[in-house]
Amino acid sequence: MWLAAAGLTLARAASAQELRPYTITGDSIAESLTGAPGDAVHGRALVLERTSTCILCHSGPFPEEKFQGDLAPSLAGAGSRWSIGQLRLRLVEASRLNPATIMPSYYRVDGLERVGTAWRGKPILTAEQIEDIVAYLATLRD
Amino acid sequence: MKLIRTIAVAGLLLAAGFAVPRLCATEIPQAERRSGYTFMSPDTKAIQDDDTANPGMLWVLDGEALWKRKTGTADKACADCHEDARASMKGLAARYPAYDKTLGRPVNLEQRINLCRAQHQQATPLPYESRDLLALTAFVAQQSRGMPITAGADPQLEPFVAKGRDTFMRRQGQLNLGCTNCHNDNWDKHLAGSAVTQALPTGYPLYRLEWQSLGSLQRRLRNCMTGMRTQIYDYGAPELVELELYLMSRAHDMPIETPAVRP
Ligand code: HEC
Ligand code: HEC
Ligand code: HEC
Repeated sequence: MWLAAAGLTLARAASAQELRPYTITGDSIAESLTGAPGDAVHGRALVLERTSTCILCHSGPFPEEKFQGDLAPSLAGAGSRWSIGQLRLRLVEASRLNPATIMPSYYRVDGLERVGTAWRGKPILTAEQIEDIVAYLATLRD
Repeated sequence: MKLIRTIAVAGLLLAAGFAVPRLCATEIPQAERRSGYTFMSPDTKAIQDDDTANPGMLWVLDGEALWKRKTGTADKACADCHEDARASMKGLAARYPAYDKTLGRPVNLEQRINLCRAQHQQATPLPYESRDLLALTAFVAQQSRGMPITAGADPQLEPFVAKGRDTFMRRQGQLNLGCTNCHNDNWDKHLAGSAVTQALPTGYPLYRLEWQSLGSLQRRLRNCMTGMRTQIYDYGAPELVELELYLMSRAHDMPIETPAVRP
């Protein structure tokens, strides 16, 4: 079931692109990767999309989605628990926060082994997609 | 669970190349091992349990017919040399992949059958995942149903089991996951709707409802590798056979279920 999504990624993952530079301060990245705020409505749609992989592991306030994962905490309330900068670092490079985490680093192309040719040299999400998702997560308040 | 988590960290360090003694990784304790069968709904279990409902039995019947059919330049059937499979093939699948002296490495059951096709029947090898190869493999493996898995016990296989284990433990692909992250550390959880399970290959080749077909263990492994977004090994690649061997050795003593059914 999680496999079905993989083929579609090709079309979506945009063309190979240079990663934009960012600065980590403490446990967060304060500045937007794109220099602009994201679009929360689009961010919600992205979180639900199989190719983004989030709901393979996470559940959340998504009544329309029958299949949600339980390998990770629910995303409900994430915006109350974390600042926008913290959420951004969590998506860009979760392993900075927890080296043993299973959560992928969504904006990273180095330090990976045996990446399939279709995905090599590309981050899982683009900077724009990360900003949209961050904007959406910030709206998830208890 | 706390203990399992702590051990999991050791496994990850291992994956990251730190020197951690080999045995302290995330292995599932013997007593906690469970076949994929135990994670299934009662409806799916019922399909596997009833030979008249289990679609895998269609391949087994085809395999039985092929067993008796003469083929190749030698014009020989499997039965001409191996006679009644119920006796000659009994328990065989439980010890495959097995070491092949000529090749100096392990071969899986499909490869062993194709060796007989090439060498003893003088016929062309059957393609991986072809109906005939799956049918013959299912027929041969079904003769071991209920028998305990012993694959990997041969000391000559030790380095190959170790390589398979290394592949299982190592993080790879765009998602940077190792097989162990799901199948050792999170086997009791769900990836979207699917039970993760312990990746114990007790029932191959098996009928998967999602495939609407019988499929080999290698097909299943390639599916998981697609999900991880890794470079996928070709069918029959030594790395996949080593992984098969390691997975079978993890299932030591568990009974063969072929032809199993999975969601
Ligand atoms: C392979 C599983 C996996 C995937 C895929 C995944 N995560 Fe996570 N995520 C985790 C785990 C496990 C944690 C718990 C903390 C840790 O282990 O790092 C977590 C933690 C989080 C947190 C903090 C939760 C909290 O409130 O404490 C957020 C927010 C989050 N993930 C968002 C996402 C988003 C958005 C995506 C998709 C772009 C995603 N995750 C994909 C496994 C995953
Ligand atoms: C002409 C005789 C002959 C035919 C025909 C033949 N085999 Fe074999 N088979 C052998 C011999 C001899 C061996 C022992 C290994 C070797 O020398 O290749 C063997 C070994 C095997 C083994 C491994 C046994 C073990 O103990 O590990 C399997 C499985 C097998 N054959 C299956 C088949 C199947 C299935 C067919 C039909 C597609 C077949 N064989 C056709 C002669 C034959
Ligand atoms: C992100 C989690 C994840 C990773 C990583 C993963 N798998 Fe799986 N695997 C699954 C899920 C989920 C299933 C069950 C699929 C279903 O029923 O739809 C599965 C099924 C299996 C099965 C079938 C078990 C049975 O009962 O027949 C085997 C074997 C297996 N995986 C081996 C592997 C190997 C080897 C790797 C590493 C190359 C791997 N998996 C990586 C999630 C994962």
